[in-house]
Amino acid sequence: MPSRIAPLAITAYTATSALGRGRAAHAEALRTSRGGLHPNDFTAAPLACAIGRVEGLEQEALPAGFASHDCRNNRLAWKGLAADGFLDAARACIARHGADRVALLVATSTASIEATERAYRELEDGHFPAYLRIPALHAPHSLGVFLEAVLGTRGPCLTLATACSSSAKIFAQAERLLRLGLADAAVLAGVDSLCGSVLFGFNALGLVAPQACRPFDAARCGISIGEAAGFALLERDGDGDDTAPRLLGYGESSDAYHMSTPHPEGAGARLALADALARAGLAPDAVDYINLHGTATLKNDEVEAAVVADLFGASTRASSTKGHTGHTLGAAGILETVITLLAMENDLVPATLNSTEPDPHCGPQLAFANESRAIHVALSNSFGFGGNNCTLAFGRGAVH
Amino acid sequence: MQGLLAYIDGIGWWSPGVPDWEQAARLLRGDDSAAVDASTRPSASVLPPTERRRAPESVRLACEVAGQACAMAAREPSTLACVFASAHGDTATTDALCATLASAPLETSPTRFHNSVHNAPAGYWTIAAQCRAPSSAIAAGPGSFAAGLFEAAVEAHADAAPVLFAAYDIAACGALTDVVGNSAPFAAALIVSASRGPRTCASLYLRHEAQATAPTAVPAGLAALAATNLIAAALPLFAALANAEETTLRLRNGTQTMLAIEVRA
Repeated sequence: MPSRIAPLAITAYTATSALGRGRAAHAEALRTSRGGLHPNDFTAAPLACAIGRVEGLEQEALPAGFASHDCRNNRLAWKGLAADGFLDAARACIARHGADRVALLVATSTASIEATERAYRELEDGHFPAYLRIPALHAPHSLGVFLEAVLGTRGPCLTLATACSSSAKIFAQAERLLRLGLADAAVLAGVDSLCGSVLFGFNALGLVAPQACRPFDAARCGISIGEAAGFALLERDGDGDDTAPRLLGYGESSDAYHMSTPHPEGAGARLALADALARAGLAPDAVDYINLHGTATLKNDEVEAAVVADLFGASTRASSTKGHTGHTLGAAGILETVITLLAMENDLVPATLNSTEPDPHCGPQLAFANESRAIHVALSNSFGFGGNNCTLAFGRGAVH
Repeated sequence: MQGLLAYIDGIGWWSPGVPDWEQAARLLRGDDSAAVDASTRPSASVLPPTERRRAPESVRLACEVAGQACAMAAREPSTLACVFASAHGDTATTDALCATLASAPLETSPTRFHNSVHNAPAGYWTIAAQCRAPSSAIAAGPGSFAAGLFEAAVEAHADAAPVLFAAYDIAACGALTDVVGNSAPFAAALIVSASRGPRTCASLYLRHEAQATAPTAVPAGLAALAATNLIAAALPLFAALANAEETTLRLRNGTQTMLAIEVRA
């Protein structure tokens, strides 16, 4: 078991998704159980499914001087970055600590592949059209290069890409860098945008639902894909605002089972949960709420529901918010972190939207409708392809 | 800036015609007798035969060097956390996927799709090695090797446990060659520890530097190899390891910053 860690302060955070731009839009959607999923109008070739699309990205412009970074993913990053004053908070943090002491940890699963897909649709004599012949735009690190240029950080900067656990794992990376004294703050960014690869790829795997996804419902039939940008600023406890929520722990593991199916007994998920609780120094009964991975695939929800039923008591509430936002893949970890922090702030256990009839594996923990209750400690689960798992633990600030 | 002392307990290497670290070390020491058949493919014997057939080239390449490094360090692969780094991932899979999406998106191959994730090597590796330890996949453009090495050292120190680090890129193909410069596959791996052990062959003091200075020049005679692959930016480090040379190197670890590496016995 890992040792307990010192909590870190989350001094700024924001998210932009199909629910809207910024924390207020997300809090309102959670409070009123307003979903953001709509029939697919994104792909040129018809594909009957629901998607969680961020409106207006087609008209969004990057700041002057950044034209060579232009793609849907970076537009989404830019739209999300300035929400809730996050950009200003990040710049103030960089000025306070020095650019070389601030790490930039970026997470995505498909980065700017939408631009690469476009180049292949527009090939001229087998070659990329001139306007898309920009090497940095077609690399997995494109988001990191763009954000580093926008923010001016000079600490460690890299892209973590472990599919759907990506933007949960950057919280663990940040904690290690700060604990070892290699940085004083970390800007975390998780951005994934709609593209043909994920829509037709998940469809080929038979994992896309024809209508809005229904996590943990007995009649669920697959995921709805969404897009999102989430950002968080992490500093040592005591550096910032006492009221800021805290990262209490994290757990990471591998399933060692299958590339696209979870371990049947949730072996990796159990390890991630146990390590997150150990680093937080908490027992399972201290957990008030779990934001589940809850993708609405047959296998994920069956396994995750059984693990939660096995490890937690009925006083722990649990739900999936993918019925609100869709599965935002590499951005899911940080989007659902923001949702978890909003749940804590608003004393609200969010509903598992679109779901009514619990899967037989569900324990009494599953919340299908909104519940009002104080949340002091919460977990967020993120599980990805390749059996890559991460659980994060959060707590309220010292003075709430 | 404060740094990290990382001990190297095992090394893996695969480049065309140079299928392991022993032969690579001879090449890096300037011994011409190292030349072998350049047409061989990475054997990736750690993967079960069925997985080896389904795995894309990047997975076979990464698993080959990862297996070599574990063997040299006498470390059981199931016990090691792992960090895989690649600038471009499996470009052959990306090329095929984008070509299908452009012509017949509903014919997208499910296997190709799950092979397209950047953590495909980490996934195949942890499955083959029956490893439940944390696994990561990172990218940092031309600085992918150095950024991944630093991340592996951070993990090794944070959890006081050795970490497997493997970096790889394959040759670009199809229209992607317009924007991806890799012309040949290359991969290397290191077992990185926070403390000295019986198999330690070198120590590296790693320091992140905030200024973009010139990286250490690639040794004479290796420039052609370095030009074939972004991961081969690490050649100055491997040349120092092969020659047991105590030196300080600088490798790019991103677009704006450097990793300084003091190589010691």
